[in-house]
This record gives sequence, C-alpha cells and structure tokens, in this order.
Amino acid sequence: MLAYFLRRLSQSGLVLVAMSLIVFLGVYAIGNPIDLLVNPQADEVERARATAALGLDKPLYVQYLTFLGGAVTGDLGRSFVFGTPALELILSKMPATLELALFAMVLAVFAGIPLGLIAGLKPDSIIGRGIMAFSIVGFSLPTFWVGLILIMFFAVQLGWLPSNGRGDTTLLFGVPVSFLTVDGLSHLLLPGVNLALFKLSLLIRLTRAQVREAVLQDYVKFARAKGLSPSRVIGVHVLKNIMIPIVTVIGLEFGSVIAFAIVTESIFAWPGTGKLLIDSINQLDRPVIVAYLMVIVTLFIAINFIVDMVYSLLDPRVRLGQAAAAGH
Amino acid sequence: MLHAFRRHSNVAILHTALLVLSLVATAQAQSPANKVRDVSIGLQAAITSMDPHYHNLSPNNSMMLHMFEGLIARDENQKLKPALAVSWKAIDDLTWEFKLRKNVRFHDATMFTADDVVATLRRAPNVANSPSSFATFVKPIVDVKVLDPHTIIFKTATPNVLLPSDLASVMIINKAHEKSNTEEFNSGRAAIGTGPYKFGEYVPNQRVLLKANYAYWGGEEPWDKITFKMLTNPAARVAALLSGDVQLIETVPTADIAKMAADKKLSLVDKVSNRVIYVHMNQSTDKSPPFVTSKDGKPLDKNPFRDARVRKALSMAVNRDAIVSRVMEGKAVAAAQLLPDFFYGTSKKLKPMKFDSEGAKKLLAEAGYPNGFAMTIHGPNNRYINDSGIAQALAQMYTRIGIDTKVETMPSSVYFTRATKLEFGYMLLGWGTESGEQGSAMRSLLATYDTAKGIGVTNRGRYSNPAFDKVLSDALVTMDDKKREAMIIQAAEIVMGDVGLIPLHYEVSTWASAKGLKYSARTDQYTLAMSLKPGK
Repeated sequence: MLAYFLRRLSQSGLVLVAMSLIVFLGVYAIGNPIDLLVNPQADEVERARATAALGLDKPLYVQYLTFLGGAVTGDLGRSFVFGTPALELILSKMPATLELALFAMVLAVFAGIPLGLIAGLKPDSIIGRGIMAFSIVGFSLPTFWVGLILIMFFAVQLGWLPSNGRGDTTLLFGVPVSFLTVDGLSHLLLPGVNLALFKLSLLIRLTRAQVREAVLQDYVKFARAKGLSPSRVIGVHVLKNIMIPIVTVIGLEFGSVIAFAIVTESIFAWPGTGKLLIDSINQLDRPVIVAYLMVIVTLFIAINFIVDMVYSLLDPRVRLGQAAAAGH
Repeated sequence: MLHAFRRHSNVAILHTALLVLSLVATAQAQSPANKVRDVSIGLQAAITSMDPHYHNLSPNNSMMLHMFEGLIARDENQKLKPALAVSWKAIDDLTWEFKLRKNVRFHDATMFTADDVVATLRRAPNVANSPSSFATFVKPIVDVKVLDPHTIIFKTATPNVLLPSDLASVMIINKAHEKSNTEEFNSGRAAIGTGPYKFGEYVPNQRVLLKANYAYWGGEEPWDKITFKMLTNPAARVAALLSGDVQLIETVPTADIAKMAADKKLSLVDKVSNRVIYVHMNQSTDKSPPFVTSKDGKPLDKNPFRDARVRKALSMAVNRDAIVSRVMEGKAVAAAQLLPDFFYGTSKKLKPMKFDSEGAKKLLAEAGYPNGFAMTIHGPNNRYINDSGIAQALAQMYTRIGIDTKVETMPSSVYFTRATKLEFGYMLLGWGTESGEQGSAMRSLLATYDTAKGIGVTNRGRYSNPAFDKVLSDALVTMDDKKREAMIIQAAEIVMGDVGLIPLHYEVSTWASAKGLKYSARTDQYTLAMSLKPGK
C-alpha cells in the first residue's frame, strides 16, 4: 500500500513539473503581458520599468527556474495583474468553486441515481420514457444557453432568484460558505442547477444502463426467487453492484466540474476560480494561470486517489488486488 | 472512516436546516427597511487593486475617484476643474504654483495639507510590482517646495504644459500611508482619501463596497452604500439589471440597446467618448510592409503606405456612415481626427473624409496601383466595441476599390504584442485620450517614433512628417493656452490632411439604469456613482 502510494506521489510530481513547463512556454508564445498591462500612453522608460518589476526582463529559462525555486517552498509567484501572491488569490476563490461544484454534484447524485433507477426498472413506462427524454435534453443543450434561459426565466421574468453573484457567506470551520444563509442558497440555486444538469443526465443514463444489465443477472433472479422484498433486491443486490462504475464516473466528473465550471461561473458572475482563470488568460497573467493549473492537477490526483480508496470499501476484491501488487 | 464521516454529515445537515430556518426568520424581519439609499452598479471590467498608485488602468482610475481626489479633477467632458487645489498658475516656464483647498479632512479625520501632496509625489512612481505605474505623470516634476500648508511650488526641467492635466491623474493619499504597500490598500487600512466615498470592502474579481463619507467637503452624496459588481460577461450584466440585482450598468452591448430602450422599466443614456477607432498603416519598411503584396502574392518594390495618395485612397474608400449605422447600430460618430471637436486642441474645420470609391480608385491609379494590391487587415476581436465586425466591413469596402483584402482578427492578448513588434501592415486600433486634449494624443500616435525623447511611442504606423513634428513640439512647450491650442489645431490639420492615420469613428458608450435614476454620462467612459442621482 505504501509503495503504491509513493509511486503515485512521484508520478504526480513529474506531472506537475511537466505541466508547469508547458504552461510557461505556452503563455510565453501567446504574447507579452506588458503590452496589455502598461497604459498605452506610457513611454519606453515606463515599459522597461514595468518589465523589470514583473521579472519579464530575464531570459525565459531564468524565469522558469526562479518559479521552480519558489514553487518548492510553496511560493508560486505574484499575480502580474493583482500584485498579490497567485496561490493566495486562487485559494481565496477556491471555496466558492468547491461549494458550487459540490452543490451541483449533490444535486446530480441525489436526483440522477434515483431517476436512473426508476428509468432502468420501468424502461417502457411513461415515467421511464419521460426521464430518458429529459436526460437527452439535459445532455444536448449547451450550458451557456441553459444558464441564460434560467436567468431570463427565474431572475428576470419571475424575479424569484438573483441573477448573479454569490450571496452572504458565513464561516464553517474557518471556510466561508454561502449555503448556510437564505441569501446564499438563493444565489447558489441557479448556477448549481445549471452546472448539475449535464452531470445529472449523465448519471441517469449510466444508472439506467447498469440497472437494466443487473436485473437480468442470475443473482438478482435468485434473490427474487428466494422471496426477498423488492426494496431489498434493488437496494442491496442491484444498487451495490452497480455502484463501482458510478463512483468512478462521479469521481472523474467531480474533478471536471471543479476545473470546468468556467462557463457557468462567468454567466452567473460566480466569483470562483474558473472566472479568475478566464480573466487571467485574457490578461496573460502567467503566475495565476500556472498556479491554477497546479492546484487543479493536484486536486485531480487527490480525487483519483480517494476514488481508489472508495473502490476498496465498495468491493473487497479491489483491495486484495492492490495488496497483492504492493507485495511484489 | 466513511461511517464516521457519514454521521458527521448527518449532524451537519441537521445543523444547517436549523440555521436556515432561523435565518429565514431574521431575514424577513430585517429586509424592508434601510434599502432606499443603497445602490448596486454592474461594471464590465475587473478592478485590480484599491491602491491608487498601483495600476494605471481606466477601470481602476475610475474606481479610485470615489475614494480619492487629485489636486485637479476632470468634469464630464474632461475639462479640468479645481479639486484639492483651488487654483494653479505657471509663474514662469518652469515653475507652477498650486493653492490648496483648506479645511479638507481625510476619511480618518486628519487634515489635508501640502505634506500629503509631497508624500503622494514620492510614493506614486515607486510602488512595488506595479504593472503600469504613475511615474509618467510625476516624473516631469524635479523639485517641490512647500511655501505654507496650502501653497506648493512645482519645478520642471523643461516647460511642461501638460502638468495640470498629468496631476489630475494622480490621487492624493494621506501622508501616514506613504510607505504602505498595495496589500494594505486592498485591505482598506491604507485606502484613506478625501473623496465622497470611503472604503468598505474589496474582493478581487467580485465586488467593491463603498460607504458614504458624510463629512465630504463638496457636500453629501445621495447614497449611503454602493456595491460595484464586476460583471465581465455582457449577458450577465444585462440580466443583472433586468432582474433588479443592480440599478446601473455600463457598456450595454450594442445588440441589446434597441430592445432595452423600448423597456419602460429602464432608461438609457449614451455619450460620445474620447476613444477613437483608427487605422495605422505600417510605413516602417522601404519595400512591402508585412501582409501587403501585389495581387499575385509577390512583394512590392515600394511601401505603398508611404505614399500619401494611397493613404488618402484608403481613407476615402471607407464608408464611415455605413459602419456607424450597420456595424455599430448607430452607437458611434464618424471621426475626422483623434477626438470629437468639442475637446481642447481639435479643429472645427476637419470633417470626416467623404466616402468616394471612384475617387479612391483614381488616387490609387495616380500612385501607380491602377489594379490595386493585396493586403490583410489585422485587428483585435475582444478589445473595442464590435471590432471584428469593423474589420470585415473595411475589407468589403477595400475589395470594391480593387484591393484584395483578407481579414484576420485575434484576441487582444495575442494581437497587441504582435502589433507592437510591427508584424502587421494594416492595423485596426483604438485610442482613448485620457488627458482630453488632442496634443497628447498626436504626440503618442503620430509624432516621429523616438524612444529617447519619449514621443511617438505608440506610433505603430511609424508615420513621420518633420513639418508636423515641428509645429507639434513647439506647441507642447508654449505656455499660453490660447496660443498653444491654435498651434495644436494647426498640427492636427497638417497631419489629418496628410492622412497620417485613418480615423474611423468615436465610440459612443451606453449606460442603462433602472427608471427613477438619472445618470450623467462622461466622455472618459468612467462609471462614477457621483454621476448617478435619484429622480427622473
């Protein structure tokens, strides 16, 4: 187990270094941030001063080595635009993104799995067909369009919910969260639903397919034949067996929800990391772009690791397999 | 472990439910009162700092005017007016005397005196990590003398007529915070000015909260609390106004203007701005400039843009009225120079070049291009209002006079770096003249490129005309306002007659507010809460 963990850790380290190098070169190739940051009325002296102040006067490899040196001590550089440490900036925006992503995932899981279950158990009923039709719609509509429609309907026409931003926050274990206040929840609902819609449809379809396959298996027939109640057959025999692929997908999708909530964040002006990333790319704010990707890669690695752990809880065979592998 | 977590979350959920219930109760009890004098404003760009000397950038400069003031302010047409200085005059070519306003207090109740000005001038050019500093405005001052707490003398090395205008861009801070860094301003501790609003809260990329300064020397403002929300997505900004989350938005997307104007719950205000959209033609090369060739793709043996007839033809071929009415949906004004003609130093005689494609063809033939040539228009696609649409319209107009024209637009992050390196031939650009006077715009865009003298620094066309340079440089050291204006106008008439660049149009900026509020728009595209009043 430990060897497995260490191997994963060193691989992750390599991924981080490679990724930071690619981003460094990529942003360098796009353009010179000075052309965007310096006031156009400024003269050469001022341009030179700003270039030096941001450390852009040094050769690229020196800039990269300086960055690596700092990164080892946890310093990912200062934002060109805000002048504050990039990591601090991202971490200050992280709770908002995580909250939105978690909220969306909870919506998707708690609505998607039951709906998928119904659709899988009664595939030919009107309800089953209705759920599937909904999932196709949810799958096919682009996020930005759904977001705008949600805003137009619930915020502009009905005036029930606010159209943008994050509501009042309170501290929960030292982290600012907004789902504990009415104002916060009302702000969270629309972007949460918007972000959840695609994942919800995905989970419905996945669960349905898994259920349809599982109910035909011998062990389910056998359980039925034994006279077990339908709720026990579904809850224990079917559900537990289909959970492995579903957990995998939830894990993967959770990562992508965090990393790619960008569209939803910018439509709803949600003050999260996605919006920060887009603005930073437009401004060529390299320290923030690099730091963001480092954080996201770290997060993906952590999620995958947790997913592996959950597997072993759900299915003892996975745990045995790993123990055997580590033993070699 | 999983079980332990589950139990915790059960408790948390229960806790949450209780909290939500109690909050519903308190929220309902509190909500109806104290709403009247609060207002929310949707901004199109992020405010990157609360430090008035950190980043010389329009959105920041606009925000700073709420909390801080300069010695001199600019009115809505960018004319200079007294602020912390009540009067100023040039004693001789190199000496300026400023009389400061008495009985002005900072937000922390300390008195404003000449020492605060001295501290500001020391801090402004030296802010660490500043991506665009205010050094340019302060640098000309080589010596400062404080005669008494309300009289201050500035010495310059060379005659500097732009000094009052430059100083209008420098916000005065409290001398106690001369050594404070940008973080201390962002946290509000050092963000202490003399302006009508006080610092409340700053959340990067999200919002700025300001509170009224009831002790403001200029009288009380109508708002107790202002929330500026950074709504960079245009659709989100419009939706926020329609749903009542904000009461004023800036930069209404041109496509939505007609629909919003018809909405009885909204009122729209627009105003021509100090931003001109123009074209620089690359004259830096002897032969073909980049992306300009003969029709069969061979390089030309001369640079056509060095020929005034070609430049004139390219200006004449542009149907400005069509661009204004079709591409800009009427929200632009055809341009004849670098600023609309009510600004200082603009010529009333200059009129937008008449659209005449036959005349343009004739001029091209005279210049030796009877069959035209081929070129690519380069422009940004996310910087100016409808920028890529303008580039496409231009291409069609040029194709009509026999110039094979392609269009390539790109994000500004890519575009400006390449444009500055002169990698393009025909460049679509924009320029907002912050000083509000045409001399400084011409000095940046049209004077012969000379980094040592700091003139022509943004002259990406590398246009050079010694006769024009002479008149302009003489004008910029003439202390007498009337005489100087006459000289600047003369310079403008020379350079526009020679088509040093092709002015297309001035952007018109549009604000939309909830009915019942009155917004007075400004030419500098700033969105100021001081310009927003209750009443129709």
